[in-house]
Amino acid sequence: MEPKDISRRKFIRATGLSATALTLGFYFSGESKASTIIKGEDAENYGVSLNSWIHIDTNGKVTIVCHRAEMGQGAYQAIPQMIAEELEVNLNEVNIIFGKGDTVKYGNQITGGSSTVRGTYKNLLKLSASAREMLVAAAAAKWSVQAAECFAESGHVTHRPSGKKMHYGELVVDASKLEAPKNVQLKKVEDYKLIRKPLPRQDTPLKTNGTAVFGIDKKLPGMLYAVVERNPRLRGKVKSYDDSATLKIPGVKKVFKVTMKVFDTDREGVVVLADSTWAAMQGRKALKVVWDDAGFEYVNTEEIYKKMKADLQSKDGLSAKKQGDPDPVLAQQKNKLDVIYETPYQAHACMEPLNCVAHHKGDSIEIWGPIQAPDWVQGDISQKMGIKKENVHVNMTFLGGGFGRKAFLDYTHEACLISKEAGAPVQVIWTREDDMTQGPFRPGVSYRAEGAVNNGEISAVKFRLCGQNIGHWMGSKKDVPNDSVLEGFQPHYFDNIKNISFSDIPFETPIPIMWWRSVYASTNGFAYESFMDELAIAAGKDPLAFRKQYLKNERCQKLLEKVEQVSGWKSRKPKQGYGVAITECFNSSVAQVVKVSKDATGKIKIDKVWAVIDCGWYVNSDTVRAQVEGSIVMALGAATNHEIHFKDGLAVEKNFTTYRMPRINEIPPIEVFIMDNNEDAGGVGEPGLPPFTPALTNAIFDLTGKRIRKLPFDLAKV
Amino acid sequence: MAIIKLHVNGKEKEVDVDPLTPVLWVLRDHLDLPGTKFGCGVAACGACTIHIDGLPVRSCQLPVAGVGTKKITTIEGLSDNNTHPVQAAWIEEQVPQCGYCQSGQIMAAVALLQKKKSPTDADIDTAMQGHICRCGTYPRIREAIKKASQKMSAKS
Repeated sequence: MEPKDISRRKFIRATGLSATALTLGFYFSGESKASTIIKGEDAENYGVSLNSWIHIDTNGKVTIVCHRAEMGQGAYQAIPQMIAEELEVNLNEVNIIFGKGDTVKYGNQITGGSSTVRGTYKNLLKLSASAREMLVAAAAAKWSVQAAECFAESGHVTHRPSGKKMHYGELVVDASKLEAPKNVQLKKVEDYKLIRKPLPRQDTPLKTNGTAVFGIDKKLPGMLYAVVERNPRLRGKVKSYDDSATLKIPGVKKVFKVTMKVFDTDREGVVVLADSTWAAMQGRKALKVVWDDAGFEYVNTEEIYKKMKADLQSKDGLSAKKQGDPDPVLAQQKNKLDVIYETPYQAHACMEPLNCVAHHKGDSIEIWGPIQAPDWVQGDISQKMGIKKENVHVNMTFLGGGFGRKAFLDYTHEACLISKEAGAPVQVIWTREDDMTQGPFRPGVSYRAEGAVNNGEISAVKFRLCGQNIGHWMGSKKDVPNDSVLEGFQPHYFDNIKNISFSDIPFETPIPIMWWRSVYASTNGFAYESFMDELAIAAGKDPLAFRKQYLKNERCQKLLEKVEQVSGWKSRKPKQGYGVAITECFNSSVAQVVKVSKDATGKIKIDKVWAVIDCGWYVNSDTVRAQVEGSIVMALGAATNHEIHFKDGLAVEKNFTTYRMPRINEIPPIEVFIMDNNEDAGGVGEPGLPPFTPALTNAIFDLTGKRIRKLPFDLAKV
Repeated sequence: MAIIKLHVNGKEKEVDVDPLTPVLWVLRDHLDLPGTKFGCGVAACGACTIHIDGLPVRSCQLPVAGVGTKKITTIEGLSDNNTHPVQAAWIEEQVPQCGYCQSGQIMAAVALLQKKKSPTDADIDTAMQGHICRCGTYPRIREAIKKASQKMSAKS
C-alpha cells in the first residue's frame, strides 16, 4: 500500500482559478484567492484543494499532505494531527499522502534540524483554520444565515439554531471560491482535541503488516535493478574494468561506468544492470575493476587524531564567540584544567540502505526513494541532468531511517544517470557495505577545554574545536568559524560565566562528511558537558547544583529541578554513580541523569536513564517520548561502540558485524518526561541525543573516579 | 535458472530463478512480497527474518533451492488486517518509528511466543538480540512482547 492510499474519486473541476494561488510564500500568498484546484494527477486523485495541504472530494473525504519526510520521527502523524485540529476533521478518517518535491507548493521541505513541527506549525495551524472558516462561510451563504451561527466539527458544518448540517464535501467547491480570511482565530492550548494528545500514529498499522512502502519496495513496470562498484577511496576514477565474467551471469543486462557527484568531487563507479537484485549483485562479484587513486590522500585515523591534537596545542583558531577574556585569567592560574576530548567519525547506518528508483524519460524524470529533501533533489536533478524543474518529479516514500544521510544528493543523482544510460526505469540498491563505507560520515571532532575555578566559582573557560567543517563541503568560506561550534551548549551558561570563549580550528581531510542526528551537538555536548562536570568537581560542588548555579534562567531551573526530582538525585546511595548533563539544540533543551553501578563481575552497568525535555509547544506526547527514547539508544551505540576507522584511505568497518549496534539486552530502562509550557515549539527528533553520553561518562566518573575523554569507550573495560 | 516450487503464506508459488538466490530476493523481486527487508546481507541484523515451518530464519542467507516443501510465512502472511496478537500489541505499544526492521522483529517475536507462552526478560533477550533497531524501539518491543503474551494466554 502506498502511504494511506485513497480510492480514486471523481472530483469536480472548479474552473477559472489560478494555480499560482497555491504559491504560499507561505500562508497567504498575496493572491486574491488562497484556494484552487491542483492541476494534474494530484487534483484528480484528491479533489478540490483549499490550499496545498488540504484537499476534499465531494463525498467529504479529506486528504492531507505530509510535505516532510517520514523517517521514524513522526512527521506523517504530526502534520495531519496539527491540520486536523484546526480543520475540525477526524484524524482516523483522513487520507495522508506525501507531497512531491515542490517549493512553490510547500515551501521548505528539507527534513532536518528537527524542523518539521517547529518550522511549520504556525503556518499549518493558520491555513487549516482558514480552510475551516471558508467551509463555514460557504455553508452560511448556502443557508443564508450568519457564519457566527455555524460551527465546524468532525468534517461537517452545522447551523446551531436550525440544526442544519452539511459535510465538507458538499461545501468545498463553494469554499474554494471564497477569499481566505486574513485573521483567523487559533484555538487555545486548553481547547485542543488532538494536539498534545498521545494519539496512535497513522503509519503504525502499515509498519506492522509489511505494507508501508519504503524506497527499496518501490517497483515500476519494466524496472531493472542496478548495483554499483564505486571507488572505495571515496573519490577517484576507474582506470579499467573487466566485465567478461559479469556478462555471463544470467540476468545481467549491461555494465557501464557512472560518475556520481559527492559535493563538488567526482566518484566513479561501474554499474551492473540486471533483471533482478540478486543477478546484479552476482554480476558485481564477478567484476574486476582497477582504480585510479592518483591525487588521493591515504588517510589514517591515527594520523588524523594526532594532527588534530597538535593543532589544538599550537593554534588558537577562528573565534566563534567570546565573552570577557579567558586568556589572561587562565594565564594566572596555577591549577587550571587543560584537557582534550575526542569523538569519532561515524556512519549513519540507517536500517534501510540507500536506494533510489529513477525513470529517465528523455525530457522528464520521475524518481522515488527514501529522500529527506525532495525539494533539494528536484533542483539538483534539474540542474545536473539539464531538465526543467517542473519536469523533475521527486516522490518521497517512507524512509527506513535518515539521520541526515538521506538529505544528501549523491544517490538520487546517480540513479538518474543510470536510468538514462539504461533507457529504462531502474532501482539502484546500495549494499550495507556500500552504505557504511562510502560516507559521507559524521565528522570526528576533537576539543581542547581549559578552565579554572576560584572559591567555587568558574573564573574562565576556553573551548577550542578542531574537526572538519560540514559547511566547507557545501562551499562556505574557510576563513570564518564553523557556525555550529556552540551547538549543544546550553546558551544560558553565558548569562553567568564571565570569561568564556569558543573557537574553531579549521581542519581538512578528503573524507566527505555530512549531518548526523543532532550534528555538532552530538559531539559538542560530550565535550562541553563533560567539562562542566570537571569544573564542578574542581570547585568541590555537586554537579547538578553547580549547573543550577550557572543556569539561572527559569526554564533551565525548572528542567534541572525536574530531572533532580525524578531521578532521586539527592537521595542517591553509596556504590551508585549518578551523572547529569543538559544540552540545547534546535530550540529544545534536554536534561538527563544516568545511574550506573557495578555488576557482580565488576563491570559497569547502566541501571537507569531519566530524561526531561523542554521542547515548548508540541504535537504528540507519545512521539516526543519515543524520539527521546530512541535518541538515547542511538547515543548509547555512538558512545560505546561506533567508530569508522580509516586505513590507507579506506573505511575499515563495513557491516554490522564490526559496526556493532546496541541490542535489546543492552538497553537500560529509560523514563522520559515532558515539560508542559506554551513556549515556542522546539525540535524533538534530535535534542534527546547529545546529553546522554556526558551524563553517562559523568556517572562513571562519579562511581569510579575515571574520567572518559575519548569516544567510543568499551563499557566492559572501564 | 530453474523452476522452483514454493509454499508461501498458504499458497503454492512457482518461480524461475537461479537456485542459489536467497529467499529474501525471491520474495521481494519475484513474488511481490516486499514486507521482508534487506538490511545487511550477512544475517547480522534480522530485518529479513521469515518463518520456515514456524521457525525464524534469516532469509538473506537461505538459498531458495534449500526450502523444498517446507512452509514459508512472511509478515504479509501473519494475519489478515493486523489481527495477530503480536501485531495488535505492536500497535497498542506504538513500537515502530521508521518501521524498517519491524517485520523481522515481529516474526522473531511470534516465533518466540509460539515456543514460550510467557517469556521472561531473559527469554526475550535471547530471542530478540539478533535483531537491530536503529531507531531504538527496544524498550517498546519488550513491552509489546509481554502484552502479546497476555493476549495469547487470555485467548487460549
